[in-house]
Amino acid sequence: ARYRKIDEEFFEELEEILIGADVGFDTVMELIDELKLEVKRRNISDPVEVQSVISEKLVDIYQGDAEVSSELNIQEGELTVLLFVGVNGVGKTTTIGKMAHMLKSEGKNVILAAGDTFRAGAIEQLEVWGERVGVPVIKQGAGSDPAAVMYDAVQSAKAKKADILICDTAGRLQNKVNLMKELEKVKRVIEREVPGAPHEVLLVLDATTGQNAMVQAKTFKEATDVSGIVLTKLDGTAKGGIVLAIRNELDIPVKFVGLGEQMDDLQPFDAEKYVYGLFSNEVDNNEE
Amino acid sequence: MAFEGLADRLQGTIQKIRGKGKISEADVKEMMREVRLALLEADVNFKVVKQFVKKVSERAVGQEVMKSLTPGQQVIKVVKEELTELMGGEQSQIAVSKRPPTIIMMVGLQGAGKTTTTGKLANLLRKKHNRKPLLVAADIYRPAAIKQLETVGKQLDLPVFSLGDQVSPVEIAKQAIEKAKEEHHDYVLIDTAGRLHIDENLMGELKDIKELSNPDEIFLVVDAMTGQDAVNVAESFNEALGISGVVLTKLDGDTRGGAALSIRSVTEKPIKFVGMGEKMDALEAFHPERMASRILGM
Ligand SMILES: Nc1nc2c(ncn2[C@@H]2O[C@H](COP(=O)(O)OP(=O)(O)OP(=O)(O)O)[C@@H](O)[C@H]2O)c(=O)[nH]1
Ligand SMILES: Nc1nc2c(ncn2[C@@H]2O[C@H](COP(=O)(O)OP(=O)(O)OP(=O)(O)O)[C@@H](O)[C@H]2O)c(=O)[nH]1
Ligand SMILES: [K+]
Ligand SMILES: [Mg+2]
Ligand SMILES: [Mg+2]
Repeated sequence: ARYRKIDEEFFEELEEILIGADVGFDTVMELIDELKLEVKRRNISDPVEVQSVISEKLVDIYQGDAEVSSELNIQEGELTVLLFVGVNGVGKTTTIGKMAHMLKSEGKNVILAAGDTFRAGAIEQLEVWGERVGVPVIKQGAGSDPAAVMYDAVQSAKAKKADILICDTAGRLQNKVNLMKELEKVKRVIEREVPGAPHEVLLVLDATTGQNAMVQAKTFKEATDVSGIVLTKLDGTAKGGIVLAIRNELDIPVKFVGLGEQMDDLQPFDAEKYVYGLFSNEVDNNEE
Repeated sequence: MAFEGLADRLQGTIQKIRGKGKISEADVKEMMREVRLALLEADVNFKVVKQFVKKVSERAVGQEVMKSLTPGQQVIKVVKEELTELMGGEQSQIAVSKRPPTIIMMVGLQGAGKTTTTGKLANLLRKKHNRKPLLVAADIYRPAAIKQLETVGKQLDLPVFSLGDQVSPVEIAKQAIEKAKEEHHDYVLIDTAGRLHIDENLMGELKDIKELSNPDEIFLVVDAMTGQDAVNVAESFNEALGISGVVLTKLDGDTRGGAALSIRSVTEKPIKFVGMGEKMDALEAFHPERMASRILGM
């Protein structure tokens, strides 16, 4: 094994693994300090044991005292509205396609709303997903008011007695005040038309994103009261470790992870599996 | 706030040494801890940070700082100078082939901004350099990718070459270049599909396109918000293709953009442009010094 002794060097390597996974400096420092104490207190000398202590601690950071559920807040027998938000290019539209597929496979009646009227080809992209999955897409022309599209989509979902309406929105950087206002308006329309809706506001985060993801989560939460995160592109080599700090500081849980570009590449988030994955490259390296 | 300016961060240390007239190695060490933190919080890769801090430390214990009346300020200056140096010079010119058309390939991870940047570059080439570019839709995988580029082309009133999504990207590139020659386009901009750097098949496809089209520029398009993984991505794309430059997108956001430094230091390829918005005119020359300030939060 790579770790023979539990010395400064050992802790430094752990530190680098975690920072390399974008967990964030403060969180890592806190963790390593706690770990050092724990190792001393319990007189641990086996690196494998330290690994499992650190995994426990990471899961702890994520979960706190309570088990966190990744279940979607679905209203049985009533219309459920899911709103997707996030910065540009993170995977909102693709995740909507995947989630529609998942929900449809569970026997739900799903409708999609083409709320990105801005980006070139965004409506057509969602339409391709609608065809793939076999669910209708409510749309207006490019450049139309996204709030108006949502209004239409809600009416249509009610008329068709749909179970679930999934709303796409244009990507926007969180520091664009006007665009964040536009998003608040989209949400207000949904709130007004369906009491209790949106039942989930899902913030999509790209696992390759670094520390800025914390600012994204903060700002989108303030604007739209985000209820959960979808962490995409975990099929790459990036880990998106900042979600641990986001959960810890802002109390937003990860609900799903994206593992590719195909319909089936969406999985419920599993904290233990995820934490294990933070070290997986290292484990592989060790075996070489 | 998670991100404070470096100068703010260093204040404590500076206060301590202000009256001293001389700083010790321990003082430098403490300062470098703050520098390290500022860089890590800006997403500069930790290995790159390590090297960088080592280099700056060496200068900081040297004459120019130690003998200075304001050693604290002097250290900040050294940090910024070294960072700017590492970031390379200003490089916003685009290659021109002696035998037109000049061929440019856009490559990168999913969602980085390739298609948008293809449009922006074409716009720039026409407006500033009076060129006649042809845009090529070689992403046959992403839903409506072709439609996206066609819409961009329409917005700009520039032609887009497409053969649908049933023909291989290599064949599309080949026919596009033939057509560009026939119709006297002096630039060919090939928009490729986003892909993971670890996807061997799709990386192979890019190599094939490169071999066939012999491009004058291969631009790696990178999202400025990218974290620690930027080095892996840049290294892999560069190894596979030998990129000629980098375009850093979404810099209109509030990210510190430390990925710029990581990429630059592992590839040694210039950052040529930065994307400053979603609109077609939001492409700017890269300024190393501004980027250095931004990364340090100054
Ligand atoms: N490898 C991988 N690629 C993904 C994943 N999710 C999405 N993508 C790809 O990322 C790119 C961007 O995805 P979109 O769904 O268009 O992202 P978006 O957030 O809707 O983008 P905008 O609407 O432009 O803001 C596409 O090429 C997707 O195929 C994932 O989990 N893994
Ligand atoms: N704010 C901002 N958004 C940008 C910039 N460049 C691209 N975008 C947005 O980022 C998202 C993704 O851009 P695309 O051009 O589709 O990215 P891509 O690399 O072609 O994506 P794939 O083909 O799916 O791999 C879109 O919403 C763009 O409008 C930029 O400089 N600033
Ligand atoms: K991205
Ligand atoms: Mg989208
Ligand atoms: Mg594209």
